[in-house]
Amino acid sequence: MKKWISMFAVVGLLVGCASTPTKEQDGVKVEDRQPSVSAPVTSAPSRAASSAPAKSQTVGADPLKDPANILSRRTVFFDYDSNVVKEEFKPIVAAHAKYISQNRQQRMTIQGNTDERGSREYNLALGQRRAEAVKQMMTLLGATGSQIETVSFGEEKPRAQGNTEQAFGENRRADIVYQGE
Amino acid sequence: MIAADLTRSGLFKTIDPGGIVPMPSEPEQVNFPQWKTRGAEALVIGAVTPTSDGRFEVRFRLMDVVKGTQLAGFVYTVSAAQLRLTAHKIADVIYEKLTGDKGVFATRITYVVKRGNRFELQVSDADGFGAQTILGSNEPIISPSWAPDGTRLAYVSFERKKPVVYVQSLTTGERRAVANFTGSNSAPAWAPDGRRLAVVLTKDGGSQIFTISVEGGGQAVRLTHTGSGIDTEPNWSPDGQSILFTSDRGGSPQVYRMSASGGQAQRMTFEGNYNVSPRHSPDGKSFTFIQRSGSRFSVAVQDFASRQVQALTDGGVDESPSFAPNGRMILYASEVRGRGILAAVSSDGRVKQRFSETGGDVREPAWGPLINR
Repeated sequence: MKKWISMFAVVGLLVGCASTPTKEQDGVKVEDRQPSVSAPVTSAPSRAASSAPAKSQTVGADPLKDPANILSRRTVFFDYDSNVVKEEFKPIVAAHAKYISQNRQQRMTIQGNTDERGSREYNLALGQRRAEAVKQMMTLLGATGSQIETVSFGEEKPRAQGNTEQAFGENRRADIVYQGE
Repeated sequence: MIAADLTRSGLFKTIDPGGIVPMPSEPEQVNFPQWKTRGAEALVIGAVTPTSDGRFEVRFRLMDVVKGTQLAGFVYTVSAAQLRLTAHKIADVIYEKLTGDKGVFATRITYVVKRGNRFELQVSDADGFGAQTILGSNEPIISPSWAPDGTRLAYVSFERKKPVVYVQSLTTGERRAVANFTGSNSAPAWAPDGRRLAVVLTKDGGSQIFTISVEGGGQAVRLTHTGSGIDTEPNWSPDGQSILFTSDRGGSPQVYRMSASGGQAQRMTFEGNYNVSPRHSPDGKSFTFIQRSGSRFSVAVQDFASRQVQALTDGGVDESPSFAPNGRMILYASEVRGRGILAAVSSDGRVKQRFSETGGDVREPAWGPLINR
């Protein structure tokens, strides 16, 4: 459990950085940052870190929608031509893996996406591979494969428009969506 | 329209008939030496006359100016709605008489137009005019593919929040999901017999090529076995014996060929680290594909026998090449100022054309088969 908490603390720190980018971040690649759309503005990093996920939520509050809960974070971003889940996104994947393994009635779709460069069908396959990489990590952490469907939108559903590296980075992602959402 | 068709092919030059009065419409009215002086080798004459029942009689003759003889002559009685097709058919007759190759002006093409957040699957004449919307959707549509008989399209629609392969009749409009397995379903390609489709499914993990029955029912037969690898963009050879596809089994996406029943695949492309979207030429002797060089994507052709590669476009963001059914032109998607357009290049790379602006962002073109319309 201790390990978990320290991981969340790291996430919280990163969220903090993303919402207030500063010059010291020169070493961080643009596409590695959480885009503002999915960075929960109201999330206080310390609260996210201290509240245990899922189980200890107040009755009635949906942990999937609580901006203070890591489960409200649904996106894993990838480097160019890569389907490796980066360190900074592992806590998100782990939290969802834990949640879905504790809620066996839940069904989840992981939607893989790519940037717009190249063949649409090949990109569809690359997006699929990203979705499957996230699923694989979840199943290694105890989620049941049958609860998770992996699909790809390829380059068809970009989150950011344009030909900039930043837009490409925001589009190389896998989104976690629960059934009924 | 006939002149526009022929000029677009890059093989014909039209000659200004200015000053020749009256314009001849029957062979006996033609002053052959007069046309010869202007450099004409062939002459098209004819007339369109309204008939008593509200239709039109279209007469045309193709004359050999040098010999002073008739090469072809037809009369069509058509409705106003058929005039455009009739003009394309006449252009086809002229093209075939003078070049020896089948004309493709009366064929059709399909493509997807994005307008705002709306996607439209369209079918138009080969010149881009006469477009009809086959399907409109708020979700993306990609990879339309013509049935060999030209009566149906297979395509991928995201309307169910995931890629699903549909087949739709162009005559009745009826449509059916033919590949809707767990995961993604995409890249439909018709077998030449029109009864099976090669598709890419992820139900077993990875993106792998399968065949399914167009009529539905029966098992999906798996052709590729690269685990979590990517095998996609299948395309059957015209004789139905083999399938070209894109695979990353060698570390980068390259074009491979395998038997239509699966098994061992042979790598076809070796230059560069990104060669995708293969499509056979109608005679099966070569294939077109997209090659990336640096950040530029261009249309290329490779000859099966000599393995010679020729780049046909100078690149940019060219995608989705497909041969005209006579093998003379390749239709592809390109981009101008951030917007998708359709373009075509002759298979020797000498003639290039852009299709008229249709408004909207155009992509995913595919040239239809040669059929009687």
